Amino acid sequence: MKPGLDYAALAVATCVLAFGPLRAEAAERLGRSDSATAYRQECGACHAAFAPGLLPPASWSALMANLPRHFGTDASVDPATQKRLAAWLDSQGAAGRARPEGDRITRSAWFRDEHSEFPADVWSRPSIKSPSNCGACHRGADSGVFDEHDVRIPR
Amino acid sequence: MAARHSNRLPMTKSHTAFIRILAPALALTAATCLANAATPADLLVGYAAQAARTPNAEQGQSFFTARHGRDWACASCHGPAPVADGRHAATGKSIQPLAPGANPTRFTDRDKVEKWFRRNCSDVVGRACTDTEKADVLAWLITLKP
Repeated sequence: MKPGLDYAALAVATCVLAFGPLRAEAAERLGRSDSATAYRQECGACHAAFAPGLLPPASWSALMANLPRHFGTDASVDPATQKRLAAWLDSQGAAGRARPEGDRITRSAWFRDEHSEFPADVWSRPSIKSPSNCGACHRGADSGVFDEHDVRIPR
Repeated sequence: MAARHSNRLPMTKSHTAFIRILAPALALTAATCLANAATPADLLVGYAAQAARTPNAEQGQSFFTARHGRDWACASCHGPAPVADGRHAATGKSIQPLAPGANPTRFTDRDKVEKWFRRNCSDVVGRACTDTEKADVLAWLITLKP
């Protein structure tokens, strides 16, 4: 192996070792690719730009195939954007997650577990309105930051 | 949620390289945006040219605030006087003011305007809006001052 390749291999190994653990923690971040930007624009206008890792690829695929009838609203995008976002979500979705009922993030077992301390009347506060309104409590939701320290439950 | 992580990283060489790569992409995006750039007045002229009659701001207001046989009016999300923040009727997400007088970024990109008329007219009216309806609504929105 050429010395240059050795260095390259070492660099890759270092990156994997150093940043591998961070990958899991960053799973909820969107990143800054063009696709992530398009996703924020197209999807994040009506709801938090839910991190792709919160649903399995099968859910994303079903949602992206039915945008004109998206939970009761028309969320259609132009065909090129549809294709691009569908491919991106397929690559970024969490293959290991179970497909939740109705492909709703809020019906996932882990979502219920994480929010089990909040009774129904908290969700229905006018300041929150819906479990899909992530940003009501998670102040970093728009950037995919769901750190517990960034949570503030509005009255 | 499960992840617990620190949010801030110092600026590194990879960030600088990233910015160098990103700059041309941003320039391209800006150029693309400029191709669709417009003013609210330009857009109104365009819709009015296709409309059945002269735009009528009063008609625009009633179209905007009335329901059209379905659950939502335009005002359900944008508010009855969209010089203030609105709120998505289903998700609760905050929506920036729609009136150009309160939010200068509104009605400045043809494609974006057409996209939102397509989506929202489908939800509110159950069909595409006509050019007359679009011209009326825009004529009214342009008159609003914060």
